[in-house]
Amino acid sequence: MAVLFEDISTGYELEPVRKPPITRTTLALFGGASGDHNPIHIDIDFAKSAGMPDVFAHGMLSMAYLGQVLTNWVPQEAIITFGVRFQSITHLNDEITCSGRVIEKTEQDGKNRVRIEMQAVNQHGDIKLKGEAIVAL
Amino acid sequence: MIDRKFIGTRSTPFTLDVEKGQLRSFAKAVGERNPIYTDENAAAAHGYASLPAPPTFAFCLNLAAPQPSTRYRDMGVDPSKLLHGEQHFHYLKPIFAGDAITLQSEIIDIYDKKNGALEFIVTETTGTNQNGHVVVKMLATTVVQH
Repeated sequence: MAVLFEDISTGYELEPVRKPPITRTTLALFGGASGDHNPIHIDIDFAKSAGMPDVFAHGMLSMAYLGQVLTNWVPQEAIITFGVRFQSITHLNDEITCSGRVIEKTEQDGKNRVRIEMQAVNQHGDIKLKGEAIVAL
Repeated sequence: MIDRKFIGTRSTPFTLDVEKGQLRSFAKAVGERNPIYTDENAAAAHGYASLPAPPTFAFCLNLAAPQPSTRYRDMGVDPSKLLHGEQHFHYLKPIFAGDAITLQSEIIDIYDKKNGALEFIVTETTGTNQNGHVVVKMLATTVVQH
């Protein structure tokens, strides 16, 4: 079902995306698939030598998760902008939940747009990403 | 302090093929369940020419830039001190498997906070497809911890 501008009001919440706990396998697969070969995400020896207790997740992994909130809602070509600020490191075993909420509706030159406030949090409610998207409806 | 003369520096453009196999690997790695990202028939049923690249995929293309860390070293920055602060995408046209995307980056700002303890490098990367259409603009803020 197509999402219609007139059916969406400010405060509308998009269907959240809940992800399983992040494992070393998750990071290895994402490192390979994304082309981010930074060893800080896949090699515990390297992470320790860099002063970290362990490897940690790529920020862009959580951003990819967050993007699914949008692409589960509308066809991807409706997305005009999508941006995030990385708030804190995502660790192994974190369970990321991504959400989005319509915070503004605008009509400009006959074009309908919604602005969506987004975030990714772990199972403790710690905010990992804060984001915003503009979608054409 | 990073010399502000690096503002305006542009990278040498490079071109990458968007491959179905890499898109499928990416979809698997991020737990994508929507078949339009992995199944060509589902993509075709949606009217797509081939598998579409998901919203953040263009960033991955840029990771394949030749010698990305050299530019930071040229600026006197240790790549291991970098953090990804912000990432923004502006979508102009879709990217599909089979496209050849040319990427070029420009450092558009360098600023500091906390009396220089943190510096921020803002890079804009433009992606252009094989037909000369700009498909995406990406804005990345990289944090340098001193």
